[in-house]
Amino acid sequence: MNVDERPFAQRTAEALADAHLRHTLRTVTTAILGYRRAGLGRLPASDGWRDHARRIRAHTLANLDRYLDQFAGAVEARGGHVHYAATAAEAVAYVRDLAIARGVRLAVKGKSMVTEEIDLNGHLERAGIRVVETDLGEYIVQLADDRPSHIVMPIMHMTRHQVADLFKRKIGATEEDVADIASMTQLARRVLREEFVNADMGISGCNFAVAETGSITTCTNEGNGRLTTTMPRIHVAMMGMERIVPTVADLGVMLQVLARSATGQNLTVYTNVVNGPRPREGDRAEGDGPDEFHVVIVDNGRSRVLASGQAEILYCIRCGACLNTCPVFHQIGGHAYGSVYPGPIGSVLTPAMHGMEKFDDLPQASTLCGACRDVCPVRIDIPRMLLELRAKGVAQGKSPLWVTAGIRAFVFAGVRPGLFRTAGALAARASRMLARGGWIRRLPGHLSAWTRSRDFPALAATSFQERWEDAKTAGVRDNRENPAR
Amino acid sequence: MSVVRVLERLGLQVECPAGQTCCGQPAFNAGYLDEARALARHTIDVLSRSDAPIVVPSGSCADMVIHQYASLLRDDGVYARKAEAVAGRTYELTQFLVDVMGTADVGAACHGRLAYHACCHGLRGLNVRREPEALLDAVTHATICPLAESDVCCGFGGLFSVKLPDISAAMLDRKLDRIEESGADTVVVTDVSCALHIEGGLRRRGSTVRVRHIADVLAETGAAR
Repeated sequence: MNVDERPFAQRTAEALADAHLRHTLRTVTTAILGYRRAGLGRLPASDGWRDHARRIRAHTLANLDRYLDQFAGAVEARGGHVHYAATAAEAVAYVRDLAIARGVRLAVKGKSMVTEEIDLNGHLERAGIRVVETDLGEYIVQLADDRPSHIVMPIMHMTRHQVADLFKRKIGATEEDVADIASMTQLARRVLREEFVNADMGISGCNFAVAETGSITTCTNEGNGRLTTTMPRIHVAMMGMERIVPTVADLGVMLQVLARSATGQNLTVYTNVVNGPRPREGDRAEGDGPDEFHVVIVDNGRSRVLASGQAEILYCIRCGACLNTCPVFHQIGGHAYGSVYPGPIGSVLTPAMHGMEKFDDLPQASTLCGACRDVCPVRIDIPRMLLELRAKGVAQGKSPLWVTAGIRAFVFAGVRPGLFRTAGALAARASRMLARGGWIRRLPGHLSAWTRSRDFPALAATSFQERWEDAKTAGVRDNRENPAR
Repeated sequence: MSVVRVLERLGLQVECPAGQTCCGQPAFNAGYLDEARALARHTIDVLSRSDAPIVVPSGSCADMVIHQYASLLRDDGVYARKAEAVAGRTYELTQFLVDVMGTADVGAACHGRLAYHACCHGLRGLNVRREPEALLDAVTHATICPLAESDVCCGFGGLFSVKLPDISAAMLDRKLDRIEESGADTVVVTDVSCALHIEGGLRRRGSTVRVRHIADVLAETGAAR
């Protein structure tokens, strides 16, 4: 998978040093969360819709085999092809071999998280096939040889000036072309139209696949996604194995909560449903659409997640709301998470799919404040799963020794009240020796991380329990003040 | 002692079972489940000595007892039932006052410009939001200053603040900026851990804004100036 191998600490340090990034993260996510609130507010009984959406996801995932079979049958009945790819390599190989067999030289591609996950572009380009991203944000990321930093807003980390420079460097933009955002958009549009005309293959993602009809659905706010699925003669839809709903009615529910949670829209502007290749015979002949239609269903670790305690994370419909609300994401942005899926969802999904070995830092990157659980349209209990992954890390001996020693000592005393009291008194005395004016400016050892940016209070000389007992023996409850009522 | 004062002022008799230590939440959050279980059993034993309602002046500890004990001790035949019983009579302080005792006016009076920071575990674990606000509204003489982003985490998160201190500090900075913008002279919290974090940050900044637990505010009755 496409991952950033540098240590988490290094990635976060870079992000924290980027004042512009943090400013953008704060302003954009605050705005988006406002849109989300308003969008859900316009949906009567939105909490009921979310409960319903959750039930659909739970039911689908519990019967995934059946719905995938039904979906594949429906696609094939319309003349499409379905390929199951167990691994990223298998998924890539299918698309590459197909492209080579059909003599494809240029592929246009819509926004798709799963293709990022398997680095499809890189593999196709190494096979001599040019791939052009057509979502404006993804196109910019591609020109910059960068990676998306947000599930819904891939270039949230860039400024318009960076984009202007990039356009001048890479596609020969003039000053006039980059004068404002509208003119930059027009330029990208002119460039991309040429690519659409010349492309032999269109590659799209899949927000939802519908089992009963064999349809795939993409949700974008640009028309380019639709050009990608209709103009080239071959269409390949890449879908994560879990991205399926049983019926069209279920699709309606999911589209409602997706758009409202992601951007606050009632419905994504281009909600595009593709039902296979263009029918050719008689009355059913249509003017547009591809001659060939392929769906690649990508597992790439999902079966493992489904069988694990973290199956619930596959309910995710990629709205990005948990990113927008996460106070940790607000500070470090998407790249710091080191893989395709950033934020709270990524902190669970990435280690769950790809193991804890490289990603054991991610479950720690949360204060467990619960904001992500609150906004999730399908109510995924992300904090619970982060806790489970932390416990898994501890069981695998991943936790630092000083943490283990500290916790064990604390618990050893904690179940022995006498010892707890003595240790508390000693800690209080030590803390008062370190303090000046009741506050400590530098704690020793690992705890010094705390006092890098905050003071720590000296602990009280007498514990609550001691004061409580004193008050009791004195027959006084310290409640003698005259209430000024 | 403020909690005791407030409860006794309402005519309640308060007991404090000896032998209480820690509910185990820090161990639980760090992924040390066996250790958390040991503390959970100990705390359940201590709290099972009476069947009076249990009032906890900290959202995170209350959430631990009310929500996490049961799942932690699910496979423990004896303690699973005990955990449920204890959880059933445990209340976060402000919820106890407003929802069980049925009063937002506990006779508190103090001068000051108060801002309320909604502590995460109480807010999202226990849905404590309305109660502290109602209690503070009823404090005689106090002025309430709205706090922007009052429900955004301050960045404490137990070991998070020591394991990832720079992210934690950045989150705290954002919180402190909002607090200073609010014009309050006192930030009121319902959780000791947020108090520790926010107050430590304010001190380091040299700010004059104070942090107080809501029980301390509610215990005050002498507002004459």
